[in-house]
Amino acid sequence: MTFKHPNSAGLAAFAFGMFATTAAFAEPTINKGDNAWMLTSTVLVLLMTIPGLALFYGGLVRSKNMLSVLMQVFYTVCIVVIIWTLYGYSLAFTGGSDFIGGFSKAFLMGVTPDSKASTFSVDANISELVYVCFQMTFAAITPALIVGAFAERMKFSAVALFIPLWSTLVYFPIAHMVWYWAGPDAIADAVKALAAAGSDAAAKAAAEARLAEVNADAGWVFKKGAIDFAGGTVVHINAGIAGLVGALIVGKRIGYGKDLMAPHSLTMSMIGASLLWVGWFGFNAGSNLEATGGAALAMTNSFVATAAAALSWMFAEWMLKGHPSVLGAISGAVAGLVAVTPAAGYSGPMGAIVLGLVVGVVCLFFVTVVKNSLGYDDSLDVFGVHCIGGIIGALGTGILVNPALGGAGIMDYTTGKIAEYQFGPQMISQIWGVCTTLVWSGVGSAIIYKVVDVIVGLRANVESEREGLDLTEHTERAYNM
Amino acid sequence: MKIVMAIIKPFKLEEVRDALTMIGVHGLTVTEVKGYGRQKGHTEIYRGAEYAVSFLPKIKIEVAVASDQVDKTIEAITSAAKTGQIGDGKIFVINLDHAVRIRTGEADAAAL
Repeated sequence: MTFKHPNSAGLAAFAFGMFATTAAFAEPTINKGDNAWMLTSTVLVLLMTIPGLALFYGGLVRSKNMLSVLMQVFYTVCIVVIIWTLYGYSLAFTGGSDFIGGFSKAFLMGVTPDSKASTFSVDANISELVYVCFQMTFAAITPALIVGAFAERMKFSAVALFIPLWSTLVYFPIAHMVWYWAGPDAIADAVKALAAAGSDAAAKAAAEARLAEVNADAGWVFKKGAIDFAGGTVVHINAGIAGLVGALIVGKRIGYGKDLMAPHSLTMSMIGASLLWVGWFGFNAGSNLEATGGAALAMTNSFVATAAAALSWMFAEWMLKGHPSVLGAISGAVAGLVAVTPAAGYSGPMGAIVLGLVVGVVCLFFVTVVKNSLGYDDSLDVFGVHCIGGIIGALGTGILVNPALGGAGIMDYTTGKIAEYQFGPQMISQIWGVCTTLVWSGVGSAIIYKVVDVIVGLRANVESEREGLDLTEHTERAYNM
Repeated sequence: MKIVMAIIKPFKLEEVRDALTMIGVHGLTVTEVKGYGRQKGHTEIYRGAEYAVSFLPKIKIEVAVASDQVDKTIEAITSAAKTGQIGDGKIFVINLDHAVRIRTGEADAAAL
């Protein structure tokens, strides 16, 4: 996840040109194959949200609230697409502070069809506009995940206000902290300049300063060394904790724990979960940014971890409750997808299977035992599946990236080699990533919910909630039969 | 004239219809209903949330017959709908004062 400063290579060449006649700074080129794959991945991630996530969630609510869920997800996509291009991309993916970028690319200023964005390889760029759109779909799905937590009781006006505020104050900063860095080309150029400086003390000092500057041009969590391939922290922990906070602040649905609140169509949920799985290949394998073996690894892991988690949830439920359920199998699949998200390009396939087996059982435990004993009403288990699954994935990634366990290891762009794996420091880095996200999103979300509550009120009134949000908020019915 | 109303298991509807046709009953009305009796309900589990579903889906049929046909009708329904398990349903017989066929205006026995 990176963005390339278009002028850094040129500046470096200019500054060190007189000493560096042997180091040629070739202008990176756009690879058409990578571009094609990223165009495809981008629309696959859109498919995850609409209709994938919308149907998965919609099927799980009562039929009187079906349209309200579909509408909240669809609205989220549309509003985030707009604010992403107005200022979101700029805040997330330009340099600035460690916590948030700047406004230098607001309104996509200066981003043209010729602009380039770095990938994970030196001299392999993609079109920056593809990168803008790819990241846009991530920004769109993350707040859409949250709506499951307060489904069936939140006013639409509250959702309409909450989503853009949350994206601005929580998502854009977290994406910046975890994913923003100067990119491999900038680092490679600085390293080349350093090598070219030779024995000239002044030139060497300047080159070292430049390398340090390039390495410092990254988000806070990134610099802590936390690795998150496709968004375990940025997307899932982030949305999961925001969902829990929302469920607590908005309160339980009327009749929660007493009335029948069975899913109105597990058929829809099954279709939605399957579309999520298909779209997730864009999410995970697309996060490789290049159509290489790394993308193939992410794809393989997204197959096996998902299948393993669906099976572990299903068999655990079969053993504990006596029956294997469709809802259990598809919930397990989603939990597996969540957990493999940060690990997709780092773990080996056998590690991903283990990760899936673990997350299926742990998330089952959370949404049944823990949720029921604590009594909070997270309607569609955003916390139990996305936050818990995301944490398991983030910590699991720190273990499974180890090449000794079949992992891919972590690239050191200064040396151009896979860095030596160290368990302790890597786990501490991962914990930094998890805790930063939990605290920032947890506190930030709480403040935003309270502000929205003051401005428009969070909760639909009692009659609306009983009647169903479809009729009272949207004057429509999902099914006229 | 009587109305014979029967609550039966949904999958027994076709057999009951065949049995009634055999004894010369030429029309009946079917409604999908929910209810409970001795069968009670069942439990549904969704991600650990257990719901006791007390109302089970049943089929209600209503057939209007001449009074001398009532016993035959009850026997036909009983033999077709019976499984011997709890939940087979019940039959109620109600007096019918008057009947009219809308198309022709025929009344009572001629309208059945």
